[in-house]
Amino acid sequence: MSGHDSKYFSTTKKGEIPELKDELNSQYKDKRKDAVKKVIAAMTVGKDVSSLFTDVVNCMQTENLELKKLVYLYLINYAKSQPDLAILAVNTFVKDSQDPNPLIRALAVRTMGCIRVDKITEYLCDPLQRCLKDDDPYVRKTASICVAKLYDINAELVEDRGFLDALKDLISDNNPMVVANAVAALAEIQENSSRPIFEITSNTLTKLLTALNECTEWGQVFILDALSKYKAADAREAENIVERVTPRLQHANCAVVLSAVKMILLQMELITSTDVVRNLCKKMAPPLVTLLSAEPEIQYVALRNINLIVQRRPTILAHEIKVFFCKYNDPIYVKMEKLEIMIKLASDRNIDQVLLEFKEYATEVDVDFVRKAVRAIGRCAIKLERAAERCISVLLELIKIKVNYVVQEAIIVIKDIFRRYPNTYESIIATLCESLDTLDEPEAKASMIWIIGEYAERIDNADELLESFLESFPEEPALVQLQLLTATVKLFLKKPTEGPQQMIQVVLNNATVETDNPDLRDRAYIYWRLLSTDPEAAKDVVLAEKPVISDDSNQLDPSLLDELLANIATLASVYHKPPDAFVTRVKTAVQRPDDEEYPDGSESGYSDTPANAVDSAAAPSSSSNVTHAATRQAAPAPPAPSAPVPDLLGDLIGLDGAIVPVDQPATPSGPPLPIVLPASTGQGLQICAQLTRRDGQIFYSMLFENNSQIPLDGFMIQFNKNTLGLAAAGPLQVPQLQPGASATTLLPMVSFQNISPGPPSTLLQVAVKNNQQPVWYFNDKISLQVFFAEDGRMERAHFLETWKSLPDSNEIAKDLQSVVINSVDVTIDRLAASNVFFIAKRRNMNQEVLYLSAKAPRGIPFLIELTGVVGIAGVKCAIKTPNPEMAPLFFEAMEALLN
Amino acid sequence: MAGAVSALFLLDIKGRVLVWRDYRGDVSAVQAERFFTKLIEKEGDPESHEPVVYDNGVTYMFIQHNNVFLMVASRQNCNAASLLLFLHRVVDVFKHYFEELEEESLRDNFVVVYELLDEMMDFGYPQYTEAKILSEFIKTDAYRMEVTQRPPMAVTNAVSWRSEGIRYKKNEVFLDVVESVNILVNSNGQIIRSDVVGALKMRTYLSGMPECKLGLNDRVLLEAQGRSTKGKAIDLDDIKFHQCVRLARFENDRTISFIPPDGSFDLMTYRLSTQVKPLIWVEAQVERHSRSRIELMVKARSQFKERSTATNVEIELPVPSDATNPNIRTSMGSAAYAPENDALLWKIKSFPGGKEYMMRAELSLPSITAEEGIPEKKAPIRVKFEIPYFTVSGIQVRYLKIIEKSGYQALPWVRYITMAGEYELRLI
Repeated sequence: MSGHDSKYFSTTKKGEIPELKDELNSQYKDKRKDAVKKVIAAMTVGKDVSSLFTDVVNCMQTENLELKKLVYLYLINYAKSQPDLAILAVNTFVKDSQDPNPLIRALAVRTMGCIRVDKITEYLCDPLQRCLKDDDPYVRKTASICVAKLYDINAELVEDRGFLDALKDLISDNNPMVVANAVAALAEIQENSSRPIFEITSNTLTKLLTALNECTEWGQVFILDALSKYKAADAREAENIVERVTPRLQHANCAVVLSAVKMILLQMELITSTDVVRNLCKKMAPPLVTLLSAEPEIQYVALRNINLIVQRRPTILAHEIKVFFCKYNDPIYVKMEKLEIMIKLASDRNIDQVLLEFKEYATEVDVDFVRKAVRAIGRCAIKLERAAERCISVLLELIKIKVNYVVQEAIIVIKDIFRRYPNTYESIIATLCESLDTLDEPEAKASMIWIIGEYAERIDNADELLESFLESFPEEPALVQLQLLTATVKLFLKKPTEGPQQMIQVVLNNATVETDNPDLRDRAYIYWRLLSTDPEAAKDVVLAEKPVISDDSNQLDPSLLDELLANIATLASVYHKPPDAFVTRVKTAVQRPDDEEYPDGSESGYSDTPANAVDSAAAPSSSSNVTHAATRQAAPAPPAPSAPVPDLLGDLIGLDGAIVPVDQPATPSGPPLPIVLPASTGQGLQICAQLTRRDGQIFYSMLFENNSQIPLDGFMIQFNKNTLGLAAAGPLQVPQLQPGASATTLLPMVSFQNISPGPPSTLLQVAVKNNQQPVWYFNDKISLQVFFAEDGRMERAHFLETWKSLPDSNEIAKDLQSVVINSVDVTIDRLAASNVFFIAKRRNMNQEVLYLSAKAPRGIPFLIELTGVVGIAGVKCAIKTPNPEMAPLFFEAMEALLN
Repeated sequence: MAGAVSALFLLDIKGRVLVWRDYRGDVSAVQAERFFTKLIEKEGDPESHEPVVYDNGVTYMFIQHNNVFLMVASRQNCNAASLLLFLHRVVDVFKHYFEELEEESLRDNFVVVYELLDEMMDFGYPQYTEAKILSEFIKTDAYRMEVTQRPPMAVTNAVSWRSEGIRYKKNEVFLDVVESVNILVNSNGQIIRSDVVGALKMRTYLSGMPECKLGLNDRVLLEAQGRSTKGKAIDLDDIKFHQCVRLARFENDRTISFIPPDGSFDLMTYRLSTQVKPLIWVEAQVERHSRSRIELMVKARSQFKERSTATNVEIELPVPSDATNPNIRTSMGSAAYAPENDALLWKIKSFPGGKEYMMRAELSLPSITAEEGIPEKKAPIRVKFEIPYFTVSGIQVRYLKIIEKSGYQALPWVRYITMAGEYELRLI
């Protein structure tokens, strides 16, 4: 039954407007109708036919519904440009709104609401009032939407004329379609109003849930979306709601299903019974899986939502990973999203199959998809420790195919794998080096250079390899230059031979004199300064131990995730951004500036994890971050090592080597420092001091008091060899002390400098001198707790594994007689504050048993078992550690911490 | 949460506006056209582009049908799932009206298109998409009557999919149970994914407002009724119903009761994720002879009972895109080279159960090759077939009761058929 309307487009010759004018005023009905069609055709192709306004409006009064609709359509388009003439249409509108035919009544209010001209709007109120109470549900459902239209044009008018109440009354309408539209209108009005207008009470809830069973599929979506704002009073109510909504999961309309899933997920937060929750999870899985047989566009939306759902409730789809395997004909955007979910669902149980899939994808044609597949393998390696080896062997197989972009992508992820599992997989470096020549992308190059620098001592020809990059140094992108610089310094520090020495000259020259890049120049100067003043300090900075990175493929900020889950099925859930980030309200033709951020849905949602300050200078970009997007966006790494080595920085700022006092952190508030040199011994000079730990760094916190009669200056400090090789990381900075004055300082410390042989001891011998007095010697105690690292927390499983793996001979116990545990929680908190982390506890008779972990210098783990009775003195402390000789120090530290 | 679209666009293949309907006046056609033509230009193939795109404060969502794009634009946080699905329904409605939706049919019917856009969506909210009912009050020229139309009761009724007063001389229902087998076999010959998607497709020619009740051999139902379920009952993983089915009733007692729409519709779909033995197994051995020719030896085996027969079997075997001079022999059916698909197409009209057929093919390859390292597109072997009178799941229609107040007798006809869905074997 196809039409022949295309003929109306053909009258595009000159003089057509006057011709149309004649036809519109013809005395013959058919001719007028044809003329209006021509006008609409012209309008459709974008021609301005607004000059015919009066003539078209004259055709409005007609019995012919088709013609009437066309004229109305014309009015919607042109009333705005002819506001004065629009008034001509008002009479007909008002008349039509009282027509005996409900179709015409509805058409009249529907159209009037679309005409955003004040004069028309004024006349809309009376017809709208009537239509909201019309006998015919078709008119009422149209009128309810029209209230939202009017609110958009003139909110005050809606409130003054009581339309809101009329609309609320329609929620109780006996026709489900009217109810659904009233809900949609109220929800929109609420969104644009700061006052509470549409609050769902338990009474409305019941009504809406009933209407849900009877209205059209689209109406069901309106109702479910509005109801998702409802907060159930308690678990019981939540369960009741869920029970009423669950049947919707069986609906053929995917949007109904997704909105039902949203409702259920939100109510589940309130449900306390684990059985009910488990049961609901089981019920939601099949409908979610079935969404993947929908049209690809719907699949895309579903996948973006499933991505959110598995972050909150991973169990729902834990066993369904296979349905996310890509089909050959899936559009690329579907494949990309499936890949993302596969990574999230990958586990030790299914990793073999998943890897086989990734490998398959890595040989496909679409470059972006292939890259993402390679990266996915790397992310799985980082996520699943036990599968890491298999992942790496797949990556190596892929490298052997020698497809350029595969190799580059693989090298980028392998660098991250090295960061995740230090000293485990370095044997593959040789294979990587074979592909050196093929690298042409900055990120891959930078990664490879980082690997060479980091493992320079294991690569025989590291110097040659680096040298080959050096030739093109000036042309390389900044990312690569920075890495080259750092890698060369590492090489030099590890192999201080002639070759590297020459290279370092070249690089430093290139990176200082020959460059415009301030980041590069700053970093180069720092290295230069470090190398020329104190190569040992340079080693500590450049070769510092890097924190182990972790997988961040599940990282949406929890509060953002909550917000997005409340927005399932909407654009927010597709973009993974909160609605405020992209919703733009335009009031009548105000155009937004062009500089809005483009919320690209594809790779959003990963936040940059701040890398350790020292390391960020040493690893390519922020390499603690494994995701593609983030690494791409990462700003050049901060050029200077910051806080942990303030003296070096101070030195640099001075540049001529003079010591410039740097703002030191204020004296620690808290317990006063113990006196180590009483004034009576020190000829009036009193020194209080203690080792402390701050921001992951050890300091010697000192207080000098000059009780003598003369000013003292030129303070210097020296530490004798000790068990942990503690030494000052920089010179002591104490200003001249006038008689009666005092000064505090935080002296940064380094460890493992001058290690004293012999059994471990807590003795710390210190010498302090100044220009006026003899050298003062005093003894202090090394408290091991200042060495406990912030990252000493162990996963439970890891703890058990480590415990089992250590021989029993490494277990040492001691009764800490004087310790009393008064409250387990307080103890746990106090220990955590000192980086002794709680893992688990159990009760054995009346005894509390706590399991904790701590990480001592050089990453040595201490696994701790504390057994004691609350309130009774005496706690048994058993530890297991690869370094049992440190036990005495450790017990002493524990005793200090627990008292 | 509330969200509606600002406008709906129908665009041609280059992204130019054919027809558009402005619902809110805050996105202009010029703006949308500029964005979309740029997108097409940049991406080349918009089919590979994500269907939800943000540009300058506006979200665009689009689908493609033939040479037409359907696109909505919104400035709010609207329901993406609902709106994309709505666009697909718009396609269905247009197809119902114009037989085919393409640029030409839109031009030829622009008046009706405007009318439909006005009725299907109001202020950017989807309203009504039942083509059959819409055509009762929005008609194309040929069928237009001078009598003034009224909105059919169905538009606002609880039964929004069926009009009253339908009359047939002979009351009949045709019910086709169609099961599609989806299978994915990896290069090791492992079945990594298999499922069956079934659909109960109905064509109803029934008078009045008939109440229907369908009985299946659903295990949950039979067990609830205390009947023995030995061997005959099946577990359906996920069932989806046409909106005519009373979902709350099904949730309560697993009864499938409904007043059907007139004509054809999918009453329900279901999914079974049990491991299915591949009904037709294909193995291919490929030998490349020093870049001059390629030899394929293909075995196809039917792995179902002998009393069933697969018909219209089509096996698509990918070959290198630069292969020429095919020389093909088959033990059954015919095979031809389809260069447009870079594949050999082996067709077997009738393939009884428990049989094995062979095909050998030899193709020449050019001696000069493109530069090394660009991987060949690795397509899987794909198979199409139909097996009538057979279902993988064993689903059975136990009864279809039709009760209408006039008390007529209606005849239900039930057919079963299994066919290949996405049937991919990565074995080449």
